[in-house]
Amino acid sequence: MAKSLYIVIVGGGNIGYYLSKALMSQGHEVLIIEKDVRKCERLEDELGSCCMRGDGCETAVLAEAGLNRADVLIATASQDEDNLVSCQVAKHRFKVPRTIALVNNPINDKIFKKLGVDGTISVTNTILEHVEQEIPAHPLIHLLTMSGQMEEVVELLITRDSPSVGKSIGQIRLPADTTIALVIRESERPRIPDADTVLKENDRVIALTTLDSEKILEKLLLS
Amino acid sequence: MPGTENLKHNKLVIVIMGCGRVGGKLASMFDAAGHKVTVLDIDGYSFRRLPPTFSGTALIGNGTDEEMLRKAGIEGASAFIALTQGDNRNVMAAQIAKHIFKVPRVICRIYDPLRKDIYEQLGLESISPTEVFADLLFNRLENVK
Repeated sequence: MAKSLYIVIVGGGNIGYYLSKALMSQGHEVLIIEKDVRKCERLEDELGSCCMRGDGCETAVLAEAGLNRADVLIATASQDEDNLVSCQVAKHRFKVPRTIALVNNPINDKIFKKLGVDGTISVTNTILEHVEQEIPAHPLIHLLTMSGQMEEVVELLITRDSPSVGKSIGQIRLPADTTIALVIRESERPRIPDADTVLKENDRVIALTTLDSEKILEKLLLS
Repeated sequence: MPGTENLKHNKLVIVIMGCGRVGGKLASMFDAAGHKVTVLDIDGYSFRRLPPTFSGTALIGNGTDEEMLRKAGIEGASAFIALTQGDNRNVMAAQIAKHIFKVPRVICRIYDPLRKDIYEQLGLESISPTEVFADLLFNRLENVK
């Protein structure tokens, strides 16, 4: 088995509960911090002694939770601002190497990363991505966000009206932080393009880009 | 540069988040002093604290939402002050104002002194009313003896 981690989860709601259960079964050491005493009792009844009562934004509580030896902090409270503060306190006061926050407002995805949170999970965005993938003509699909960085992998579908149709990749002035990694063409093997690869209608382009540059990329390739 | 014209006449463009007792009072003080004030609160009822003479803008909305801050005119603001009841809400809105919108002066109220210390170390200008008031009381009583 891989190295066992000490993982602190702030918030003992449904997500906190299932997450702890899954992580414990993988052999990790998990502690849940939860304000509500009844939720704490329920968690302990089910999962054993793994819950601490307290406010997961408070330095004293986090210190008692042994945050300075934690490998990961996951903030799963229902308010975005609470998750931001838990992660920032963990990061700056306790030097936790990896902090992950749940976000509700999709805009906060970007904001939290700029404010130092290593990873964000947006429920709203996740659902939107699924909807986007169901709609074949959707311009830009987010496939993956790189851990702890502003980088992401996106997919773009070239249509007949795209300004990039018929252009070679070398002709497109991509932002410096953006790379076209793969071109997927029907009935051909996906290939790594070079500067001479000419884009055609219905090509699926997989690109490595950043949150800041994705709009430019979308504009260059699609409209 | 946004806000420059106003700065020339020493007129500040201030966005205040939270129209409670402090927020409402501060908003009316700046307004009476001739500055341009926008005050934000999630509860429209809190605007009752503004005097009838208030000539600034009162907006219903959540200041931790980037879009809402934009609507409140944060892009041209010379100062942003976070004064809601929630420390975390204040911390988040103040950081958005400072780091995303680059507002020149941002002040954040944080009741919890420990949390205030952390954010101060991170460069956020913060005031803990808990600390200020406890100090004040302590000094008064100490000086009596």
